[in-house]
Amino acid sequence: MKKRPRPADAILTLFRSRRQRMVRGRCGSEEEDAVSSSNPVAGPIEMLRQMLLIRAYEMKIVELGGKGPFPHVCTCVGQEAAAVGVVAALREEDRILTNHRSAGHLLARGADPGRMLAEVMGRATGYCKGKSGTLHISAKELGVLLTSTIVGGELSLATGVALSKSMLKEKGIVACFFGDGAAAEGIFHESVNLASVWDLPVLYVCENNHWQAFVHRDETMRGAFIAPRAAAYGIEGLTVDGNDVEAVHAAALEAARKVRETSRPFLLETYTYRLRGHMEPEPAAGADPKELEHWLGKDPIARMKRTLLERGEATPEDIAAMEAEADAVVDAAEAFAAASPMPAPEELTTEVYA
Amino acid sequence: MIPANVQEAIHQALREEMARDPRVILLGEGVATKRPDLVEAFGRARVRNTPLAEGIIAGTAAGAAATGLRPIADLLFAPFLCFAMDEIVNSAGKLRYMSGGQFKFPMVVMAMTGGGWTVGAQHNHNLEAWFVHSPGLKVVMPSTPADFKGLLKSAVRDDNPVIFFTDMALAFAPGEVPEGDVTVPLGVAAVRREGTDVTLIAYAKTVPACLEAAAALEAQGVSAEVLDLRTLKPLDEATILASARRTGRVIVVHEAGRLCGVGAEVAALVAEQAFASLRAPVLRLTGPDAPAPSSFLLEQAFSPQPAAILAAALDLVGRTEPAATLA
Repeated sequence: MKKRPRPADAILTLFRSRRQRMVRGRCGSEEEDAVSSSNPVAGPIEMLRQMLLIRAYEMKIVELGGKGPFPHVCTCVGQEAAAVGVVAALREEDRILTNHRSAGHLLARGADPGRMLAEVMGRATGYCKGKSGTLHISAKELGVLLTSTIVGGELSLATGVALSKSMLKEKGIVACFFGDGAAAEGIFHESVNLASVWDLPVLYVCENNHWQAFVHRDETMRGAFIAPRAAAYGIEGLTVDGNDVEAVHAAALEAARKVRETSRPFLLETYTYRLRGHMEPEPAAGADPKELEHWLGKDPIARMKRTLLERGEATPEDIAAMEAEADAVVDAAEAFAAASPMPAPEELTTEVYA
Repeated sequence: MIPANVQEAIHQALREEMARDPRVILLGEGVATKRPDLVEAFGRARVRNTPLAEGIIAGTAAGAAATGLRPIADLLFAPFLCFAMDEIVNSAGKLRYMSGGQFKFPMVVMAMTGGGWTVGAQHNHNLEAWFVHSPGLKVVMPSTPADFKGLLKSAVRDDNPVIFFTDMALAFAPGEVPEGDVTVPLGVAAVRREGTDVTLIAYAKTVPACLEAAAALEAQGVSAEVLDLRTLKPLDEATILASARRTGRVIVVHEAGRLCGVGAEVAALVAEQAFASLRAPVLRLTGPDAPAPSSFLLEQAFSPQPAAILAAALDLVGRTEPAATLA
């Protein structure tokens, strides 16, 4: 078994020892480390509830994919804290562009799991009437413009969405979620560079999950982190432990505040791990078993449960009730989707043009 | 009508549309540098120089179009569109459909194309068929200053992504543009010359070539109709078919390569829907399947010339005498 170097782990240990459980990119300043972890919108219980819903939803996808013919889906299992922590820091007027692992972002934003599953299953009741499938869900009513399955496609459009915000003098910022794979593309440079040059309010969120489709990040990048690149664009960057939802949330609140106040982009990196394969049905094939075991031990949901129990903010019964609720919501979503009609055949060629 | 060449016609359209609608913005390499009067009139926020990075220019335009602006992106030369294919084809063209109609993409992508400036193959490549083949896009390729102005104004007002090509050979072609806010609708071909014996179908620089050939044909007693497609997508099938049925003979002429080119589509359309009217096979005169040369002589030879159109038309009408020449 190939032993992969894990230089990042030592640094992550340092992260955890810090009070805010986060570390700045090279261009951050120390006084800005005083980050409030309080959030008027999403408390720790609510964030656990959202993570449980995302996990239940994704495991339902895994279950359905294992049963027989079912669309291929890219799940975000293991990355729930990164999604929930960031989305909870956003406001209604903010806009989201995301990537093929978008279920966490959408559900954290309040998407209806029934309409999401319906979309995955090609039903007329899906967010995009069955025309997007799992890989391209948009939900205008939630401010989610795009789930791009072209890796980096969201990076190219985000600048334009932020340009509209800026020129039309609308409130709000643009959150653009991408992975370390997209960060290895030229469009990453083009997007961040232009957003910086034009002072566009983009919160770039790199979910560094160690995997670029079927390829481990170690094969395609020197260095473990993306956020230090921010310095090259004259913007701030920060790497946060992406499996600690409270740390992610605190960092995202602060990053979003800066984007709002300065209309300057910010590069936030959530350092996390994709616990399943590139696409379902596929467990984490190809992963070094020791690396996988290491990250399973850092599962963001188990970790948040422990935290809440230790702090006395939840009882085992509370957590069990939340898990049961998540399962029930997802079961109801499946029933809704399965009972939903397929699109009418005439829909094949509608909505090509405005 | 007032005298204006194609460049001036484009500039007038940009200026008038930006004045008409504050949501219209212009972005691209050097657009602010080259159009200082637009910067003065509308400010640097609406006329933006960009990095030399076509992907992010087109992507920014698509994102802005989806959220309330009406961007015009000038990507300079058609081969550079290769850098922006993802943003134009995968995003601007597809996201309305993929979102179930939630978003629209009112944007224009401008580029120069075709021979005439001896710029060589990396600045000269007629890619229009690529975009015609991509769902969700519209493709415009005018031939006269009046159409450049009127079609660009329509493209800016359209709620879909429009690829707007300027044939370099026409960039300084003289002509006239109408005064006032006159638009030319997308998807409507123009009959540049009426005729009864043969239909010459062209767009961009091959329109004047066909008109020249038609004049020579007339001198020899052959009546040629000349259609200017103007918009390649949507394609004005009705005008094509009506003319084909009237003359029974069709020659499609364009500079882009023959294989899977627009001419192939026109020929197939006529064969499918006007076969009974045909008195001869549909012909195509096109550029070769080769990169565009730079040398002026080779570049001229790249595009179908009036003499070749004349010879093909005479052959098609059964005239075999060898004396056919251009005036």
